[in-house]
Amino acid sequence: MTKEKRQITIFLIFSFVLLVIPFSLRESYLLNVMVFIGIHTMLAVALNLLMGYAGQISLGHAAFFGMGAYISGIFTTRFGLDPWLVIIMAALCAAAIAFAMGFPILKLKGHYLAMATLGFGIIIYIIFNETVNWTGGPSGLSGIPNLKIGELVFDNDFHNYYLVWIITLGVMLLSINLSQSRIGRALRAVHDSEVAARVMGINAWVLKVQIFTVSAFISAMAGSLYAHTMTFVAPASFGFNFSVELVTMVVVGGLGSIYGSFLGAAILTTLPEFLRVFEDFDIIIYGLMLIVITMFMPGGLISGLQLLSQKFFLKFKAKADKGA
Amino acid sequence: MLRAKNITKTFGGLTALDDVTLNVAAGSITGIIGPNGAGKTTLFNIITGIYTQTAGEVYLDDENISFFPPETLARMGLVRTFQNVEMFGQMTVLENVMVGLHTKSRSGFLSCAFKLPRQIREEKLIKEKSIRWLEFTDMTDLAGMRADSLPFGKSRLLEISRAMALEPRIILLDEPAAGLNSRETLQLAELIRRIRELGITVVLVEHDMDLVMDICETIFVLNLGKKLTQGTPREVQENPAVISAYLGVS
Repeated sequence: MTKEKRQITIFLIFSFVLLVIPFSLRESYLLNVMVFIGIHTMLAVALNLLMGYAGQISLGHAAFFGMGAYISGIFTTRFGLDPWLVIIMAALCAAAIAFAMGFPILKLKGHYLAMATLGFGIIIYIIFNETVNWTGGPSGLSGIPNLKIGELVFDNDFHNYYLVWIITLGVMLLSINLSQSRIGRALRAVHDSEVAARVMGINAWVLKVQIFTVSAFISAMAGSLYAHTMTFVAPASFGFNFSVELVTMVVVGGLGSIYGSFLGAAILTTLPEFLRVFEDFDIIIYGLMLIVITMFMPGGLISGLQLLSQKFFLKFKAKADKGA
Repeated sequence: MLRAKNITKTFGGLTALDDVTLNVAAGSITGIIGPNGAGKTTLFNIITGIYTQTAGEVYLDDENISFFPPETLARMGLVRTFQNVEMFGQMTVLENVMVGLHTKSRSGFLSCAFKLPRQIREEKLIKEKSIRWLEFTDMTDLAGMRADSLPFGKSRLLEISRAMALEPRIILLDEPAAGLNSRETLQLAELIRRIRELGITVVLVEHDMDLVMDICETIFVLNLGKKLTQGTPREVQENPAVISAYLGVS
């Protein structure tokens, strides 16, 4: 089987499994968790394009997520605009902000870039909190309508599951395609050696701004979906802690792996259920996870899984050879 | 073809290059030699747009490229390799060369994400061309290997294949023989000649005198940031100033 065929097969199996889950998982609570995993996967994929491929950190990605959520929330509740139209508008708006901001801040490297994005995230968070007339301030914005296509209203977990996952799978597929194209190679080249990439004719700065813009676009889209599935948004969901959580998802799952982002999102979304006992200290757990993974498994859990399956496969093959 | 005119570069109080002028004839193999700290690599970095000179100008053909960044120079057909090999370590050997074809391809974000037919065709073409450049340096059997697992000599060759994929008009090699054994150095000499036969101008900074004397037509000698002399290998070898710079005799 060629590499390409294998990848298509993997994606089809992955999609199939995800799309039949709701029929075996009739329990609404679990479906609800899966909806969140979908939204988080989209965010992790978006951040992974920036971190795992282009090698640029962002500690403020929750801001783009929040922009999507609030723009959708505000424009549908206060102006009664068509939700689908607003989703596109919100994504374009976040992308435009990322584009304008990307030029100055993506000149920065390493810690400085981390600080700049961190600052940006905090500023946006403060705006969500303080512009009470628009966002409702700390008490949040409620009454956001559900999305609908004709008669079909996405107002329960079963419907939302398909809404979110079809879009998430689409985002994953497009990201996989992108990562294996000349753009993906250029991104990885910038990651490995920026100077060599430039010598090869890649305008590293512009490319970083472009992928930052794409990443913001996807993140805002995830934000809009979040707003419409939850019907309520509050600033607490878009703060610094969530930005760190997103970085953790990407690193734990595997930098530079789209499926890794799913894995990271799935783990970090279900983990809080088990971490309830730690209450507000959960961020310490995330920090610890980040340290342990970067020290012992720099490729993330997905690379660990690949190694494991290879070992298993080799053992299996050895046994088969012996038998024959 | 390539002219660096009165280049001066200072780092704080240190003068790395002092009024250096370099002329490279089209289609030639030109060597830049000099003891350690002579400013050879600094000169390369200025020509290729990685550093900005304090004074002086650089011309490619008749265009003033003094302040052009490396990515613009790449599109104009000027490419370089690095003394400390700058691989894309996490990518395969083939992918490394494919990056070299970046400027030769167009597909943007959308056509890549949606795998439009045009992009698929282009991708196929990039791959075919890259394999041909791997054949050029005799590395096809290593195509699927991760670049950072290559032995040192092979990674030097990979850097050259990658640079060649740009189809440059002029290639600057920064100490291409450093770290190579004598057999590999001989192969390198042959490879550099083959590059020139393609009509590509070659400039190299090198410490391996045998190699330089063997393949270069013109040699520039730098010492302590100043141009000492220039000439054919024979002229340079017989120049007393060069001998004293290398041997420290006054």
